[in-house]
Amino acid sequence: MPYRIEVENLNVYFGESHILKDINIKINTNMVTSLIGPSGCGKSTFIRTLNRMNDTIPTFKKDGTVLLDGKDIYDPNVDVVDLRKKVGMVFQKPNPFPKSIFDNVAYGLRIHGLNDNDVIANKVEESLKAAALWDEVEDKLEMSAMGLSGGQQQRLCIARTIAVEPEVILMDEPCSALDPISTTKIEDLIHKLKHDYTIIIVTHNMQQATRVSKYTAFFLHGEIVESGLTDKLFMEPKDKRTEDYITGRFG
Amino acid sequence: MNRIISPKNSQKIMKTIFWGSGILTILILIFIIGYILVNGLPVINFNFIFGEPIDNGASGGIFPFIVSTFYVTFVALIVATPLGVGGAIYLAEYAGENKLVKAIRFGSEILASIPSIVFGLFGFAFFVVYLSFGFSVLSGGLTLALMAMPTILRTAEVSIESVPKSYSEGSMALGASKWQTIYQVILPAAIPGIITGIILGMARAIEETAAILYTVGAALQVPVSIFDPARPLPLHLYTLATEGISMPNAYGTAAVLVVIILIITIVTNALVDRYTKKMMGR
Repeated sequence: MPYRIEVENLNVYFGESHILKDINIKINTNMVTSLIGPSGCGKSTFIRTLNRMNDTIPTFKKDGTVLLDGKDIYDPNVDVVDLRKKVGMVFQKPNPFPKSIFDNVAYGLRIHGLNDNDVIANKVEESLKAAALWDEVEDKLEMSAMGLSGGQQQRLCIARTIAVEPEVILMDEPCSALDPISTTKIEDLIHKLKHDYTIIIVTHNMQQATRVSKYTAFFLHGEIVESGLTDKLFMEPKDKRTEDYITGRFG
Repeated sequence: MNRIISPKNSQKIMKTIFWGSGILTILILIFIIGYILVNGLPVINFNFIFGEPIDNGASGGIFPFIVSTFYVTFVALIVATPLGVGGAIYLAEYAGENKLVKAIRFGSEILASIPSIVFGLFGFAFFVVYLSFGFSVLSGGLTLALMAMPTILRTAEVSIESVPKSYSEGSMALGASKWQTIYQVILPAAIPGIITGIILGMARAIEETAAILYTVGAALQVPVSIFDPARPLPLHLYTLATEGISMPNAYGTAAVLVVIILIITIVTNALVDRYTKKMMGR
């Protein structure tokens, strides 16, 4: 199976500071890849490079290539709008819009030009079901999303993301603001979604990495120290630094 | 250690002082409004509100002046709102931080603190004379627009900037363009603050006397065209009082003005409150 994302010799700078150094990684299609590492190691910067969210930062510079389905996403001909439709993102803190539950999911559909209300309603229902939220909200779709619990809000953000039918979903510590029960729900959801989507998840929780992902990459000081099958990386780390981190000696 | 006042007592004293200043503010407000209503309400009846003035306002009603007030304020807001909100969107979302932006912000602060009589003089020289709009609703409305604009701009800018960054990130990550994000996510979230700015701007326009003294003229008829002269309530009030035409009618006019402002403020506050509650799911 071809790789969904291939990153070659990626370097990222914010002004003078060199944030990501010589990143090389291949992300498998329709599997979950975890990115682990201590705070400030560049994991978040890395996934924000994959949907070009860093473009909004004026001092952002990069060299190297990022290929999605074999095509360079930083090619001048690439439309960022299309790219972000294909590469969705779920943030650390649930960030629903202060709109109704329905409109939160319909938003992405509408901005991409869909205006048939029946089609939108079907898509919204489908997405909420896929995000395992439908049963909890089906009778209050017109209520503000801000009234939902944190865990529900995060699943709504996932529903909003999958509504526009991305290929890849980036998750930036999606459970770090949630309680354990909500975390379990999101992890169950990830297991369900991995059949249809390529998921890259940043996490501080190493148990979570082992629970949800097939592959793991360990970041340290802006470099990938080690990457490979999750089981292998955790059971038999090749690098001393990986071993120190996963056994809790630092980080 | 020797303390003159114990922490417990100083806490009590300060709390009393703050409580006192709060109560005093309310009392002053109640006193002023009460004084005007007590003196003004006796002359208010159907004929006073809907009648034509007789003898320059010595008797009869104030209907043309009520219409003038709404008309001139409306013209002012029609001009000032898009400029103010547009400028606020530019400053908060597009401009970044550079010298031009600092100059615009500084300029609008200066503009907000210029005495209104200076605006009146400028309006006279520019709109009435230079652009030949004459003493008219248009000249008065544009002059008031200049005064209301910086208020709307500053309030709207602060309210747009206080929309959490995470909203626009969420929108951009779905592939929305900058404008789609502003129009569909940021502005709806900032609307309560923007409305507050428009109301503050409106309050500045509706109660203004000096700025319209040289620009709207002093008509006694209901203005129809925007080139007709007019006489908004504050100006009528000023004329009644300074020329000693009728003090009871001056109080009556003041009472009507106060009630109009109270109604507008209370109604918009209630609407904004309802919108915010619905939006935030409370």
